Amino acid sequence: MRFWLIFKILLHPLRYAQERIDAWVLARVKRQPGPIEITRRRVYIVPTRFGYGFAALAFVMLMGAMNYSNSMAFALTFLLAGLGLVCMHQTHGNMVNLRIHAGRAEPVFAGETAHFDIHVENPAAQSRYAIALAWPKTEAEAAQGDIEARGATHLRLSRPAPQRGWLRSGIFSLFTEFPLGLFHAWTWAELDTACLVYPRPAAPGRPPPATAGVGGHASGGRSGQDEFAGLRNYQRGDTARSIHWKSLPKLQTPMVKQFTETVDRELWLDWNALPELDTEARLSQLTRWVLDVEAEGLAYGLRLPGTVLAPARGDVHQHQCLKLLALYEAP
Amino acid sequence: MSDYLTQTTLLRLLAVLLLVLGPHLTRLPAWESLLLLTVIGWRALIALRQWRLPAPWLRSLIALACFAAVYANFRSISGMTAGTALLSVMAVLKLLEMRARRDVMVVVLLMYFILVTHFLFSQELWTVLYLLGSAIAITALLMDCNHAGEALPLRMLLRAGGVMVLRALPLMLVFFVLFPRIPGPLWSLPTDAGGGRTGLSENMSPGDIASLMESDEVAFRVRFLDRVPAPGERYWRGPVFDRFDGRGWKPSGLTVPRPPVIEGSGAPLHYELTLEPQGTRWLLALDMPDPTALPPDSALVGDGLLIAPRPIEQRRIVQASAYTRYVLSPTLGGRELAQALQLPPGYNPRTRELAAQWRAQGLDDAAIVQKALQMFRRENFSYTLQPPRLARDSVDDFLFNTRAGFCEHYAGSFTFLMRAANIPARVVTGYQGGEKNEVGDYYVVRQYDAHAWSEVWLQGRGWVRIDPTAAVAPERVEHGVASALTLATGLPGFFAHRNGARLSLTMRWDWVNAKWNAWVLAYGPELQADFLRNFGIEDVGTMIAVMTVLITLATGVVSLLMLRQFMSVQPHDPALRLWRRALRRLQKLGLEQQPPEGPRDFAERVTRERPELGSAMQRLLSAYLRLRYLDGGHAPEAEREMLAATRALRR
Repeated sequence: MRFWLIFKILLHPLRYAQERIDAWVLARVKRQPGPIEITRRRVYIVPTRFGYGFAALAFVMLMGAMNYSNSMAFALTFLLAGLGLVCMHQTHGNMVNLRIHAGRAEPVFAGETAHFDIHVENPAAQSRYAIALAWPKTEAEAAQGDIEARGATHLRLSRPAPQRGWLRSGIFSLFTEFPLGLFHAWTWAELDTACLVYPRPAAPGRPPPATAGVGGHASGGRSGQDEFAGLRNYQRGDTARSIHWKSLPKLQTPMVKQFTETVDRELWLDWNALPELDTEARLSQLTRWVLDVEAEGLAYGLRLPGTVLAPARGDVHQHQCLKLLALYEAP
Repeated sequence: MSDYLTQTTLLRLLAVLLLVLGPHLTRLPAWESLLLLTVIGWRALIALRQWRLPAPWLRSLIALACFAAVYANFRSISGMTAGTALLSVMAVLKLLEMRARRDVMVVVLLMYFILVTHFLFSQELWTVLYLLGSAIAITALLMDCNHAGEALPLRMLLRAGGVMVLRALPLMLVFFVLFPRIPGPLWSLPTDAGGGRTGLSENMSPGDIASLMESDEVAFRVRFLDRVPAPGERYWRGPVFDRFDGRGWKPSGLTVPRPPVIEGSGAPLHYELTLEPQGTRWLLALDMPDPTALPPDSALVGDGLLIAPRPIEQRRIVQASAYTRYVLSPTLGGRELAQALQLPPGYNPRTRELAAQWRAQGLDDAAIVQKALQMFRRENFSYTLQPPRLARDSVDDFLFNTRAGFCEHYAGSFTFLMRAANIPARVVTGYQGGEKNEVGDYYVVRQYDAHAWSEVWLQGRGWVRIDPTAAVAPERVEHGVASALTLATGLPGFFAHRNGARLSLTMRWDWVNAKWNAWVLAYGPELQADFLRNFGIEDVGTMIAVMTVLITLATGVVSLLMLRQFMSVQPHDPALRLWRRALRRLQKLGLEQQPPEGPRDFAERVTRERPELGSAMQRLLSAYLRLRYLDGGHAPEAEREMLAATRALRR
């Protein structure tokens, strides 16, 4: 192991140094609620491989100019040297004085990709170009955008969400290589934002348990929606069946039929109904049922050890159920 | 096909590549220029029509074929011309595999390199504009390439590129002036360095000087520091030939490294010569250099020629002094004497006969010289740049038949004649005359001032310059080639129109060029040391220290500029600004807003105390409140209303 380390230091001294510095810095990045001001002291800058290439090019040109004692060649070489220095400052300047804060992070199911929206604000009178966001040590395509003078934009960071629970955004870097791609200026930041990851829904197929309600009716019918109570505006999550199609040509916006429910037709999704499964599998199955039953338009309640959620319906209720499942004995 | 670049950016890249290759297209062989244009056009079509890039095997095949073609054309792949040809073709072929960001960056960085190769061929004044223009274009392109997504607007790019180059310019100047220059090449220069230079050659075959005379390129410029020698004294010495092989004159190789004895009389004449690089070692000093005050880094060799230790590949300023009246080599060694009398047997019998005849008349050496000059003067010899071809016995043919020629014919046949008469003689080539530049008070000597003359060695007088051409066409020596040729036909174009206004414009331009050459292009180790000494910078260490300090300062300025540019600005609030303006006006009217008073209270008080201002004040207040609190800070009509109301606030 130690042998390998020596090997690494000898082979890639710069890369090794960079890794050590990154590790040191990353360990010291504080999680902040935001907004985070990107001050000069937070911005790091190193040449990119093209920057090194550019330097090598200038060096070769310098040698040529010396060899041929060619004044114009000297002039161009020195102009390139000057451009390199100006580019360094411009790249650095492009990063400094930005302000970032966290935007929305919509809940996702485990196994999907979580998206974190990061708002980047430019208070200066100068537009910023090619500002990008990336996770540390990934080669993935970065989200990139321009920010007008006194404007703002949001950039989206994505990462897989393998596990239920809260997924923290973690440390990310805001960077730029504009204008010439010769320097990489970046800052590390961690915003206090997290994405809720619901359990991975089990494969569909298993029907929800027969209701344990007073009436003992079988589920699956349209029995939960018997008394028509009026129309309301369409909201995300309403099923196609509940749309009041007749009024659509007249009103242009879809309306949804509303019913009052009878309490005796409620459905309970119960932890104890699945004794043969382990914890995660149970949560997966319950998640599946929540989705299915919500799609059916039934009212449902959730019973977990220590928690009971009274039967209801709709987006908010579904979210509460799924959140409960996501955070159950939170890993 | 997915490119890293958008179509627009890619087409811009091709345009900039064309700009950078442009001047090379005229220099490269026609087939290659055509090939470069074809490939660029092909790549444009690939982008426009969404064609596929050629397959890897096809690309390799094309690359190999191009490589072979360049080699076949130039018989080499190093050297300047061949190297440039190869670089251009490879940069263009890279387009055919350009897909990822890496390829794009390589092509764009190569453009800077292609740009520098132009200066191996030309460093004239206009190239500065070309350099700046191209640098801006490439920089703007590089910006566009580093901006993912839609191409940036062209004007914004060019402006940003221009600003970057502008900011880099002071840094460039500091580096240019202070970066320590080192003398000489680091490795041997390719043989074609300088590319097709004209100048005197190592030997004199018939027609050599005539071809020089068709060029109006500048050979050197000279400034006389104390007095200007008469035209007949302005002989600039180049290579000396003392061996005749029946056809042409060559150096014998007997060049004695020991300097000749030069006994000057009168005061030496000081001058400063700015030599254009010609790839030869001759410093073209005025006859005869003062042996006690030779310019640094030069040596005087046996035949009175001043040479540099290495071929001159950059402009060089030579400060020298000369005696226009002198005795050169009062004594002659045996081998030198023999060499100065050498003639190949079996050539030009009639000339030999003539010389023998003169000898037989009992004439001494000096008299024979006069006799020969008289012959040139009296017989119908004529001066022309288009002489008829000469037969095998060229001197005989010239002296007795054709009798039309120019300096090399006269000098060559005269020298032959002298040697035939047993008088030591040799041919000297160089330049004669020069044209005064009225603007800059210096003389320009051009290639068409190339000349050949003779030297005969006379007992007690040493080597004496005899210019037989002057006997035939004295105006050649007095006023230059153009006047000697006024009667001749087929005058080279640049001799034709040399009249007033145009001449003075030409002179001005030459003067600017001379300054450019002397200060920028000749800025080498010596000039740098001289120049920096004025500022008390004596050695390399100080140079580097001063350079570092200045670069740091200049970079600091750039950094400050950036800081200001990217500094956050206070939100610009027109309502507040206009309100304060109204307050200033009210203050003049004796009304001042008290600290606890809000705008509404203040307006009420104004209306109460000064009813005549009431309506204007109410208008102001309502516009202000609308602008500030209702319209999100942006309402041009409310701004106008506030201004109008402010104006209405008067007694």
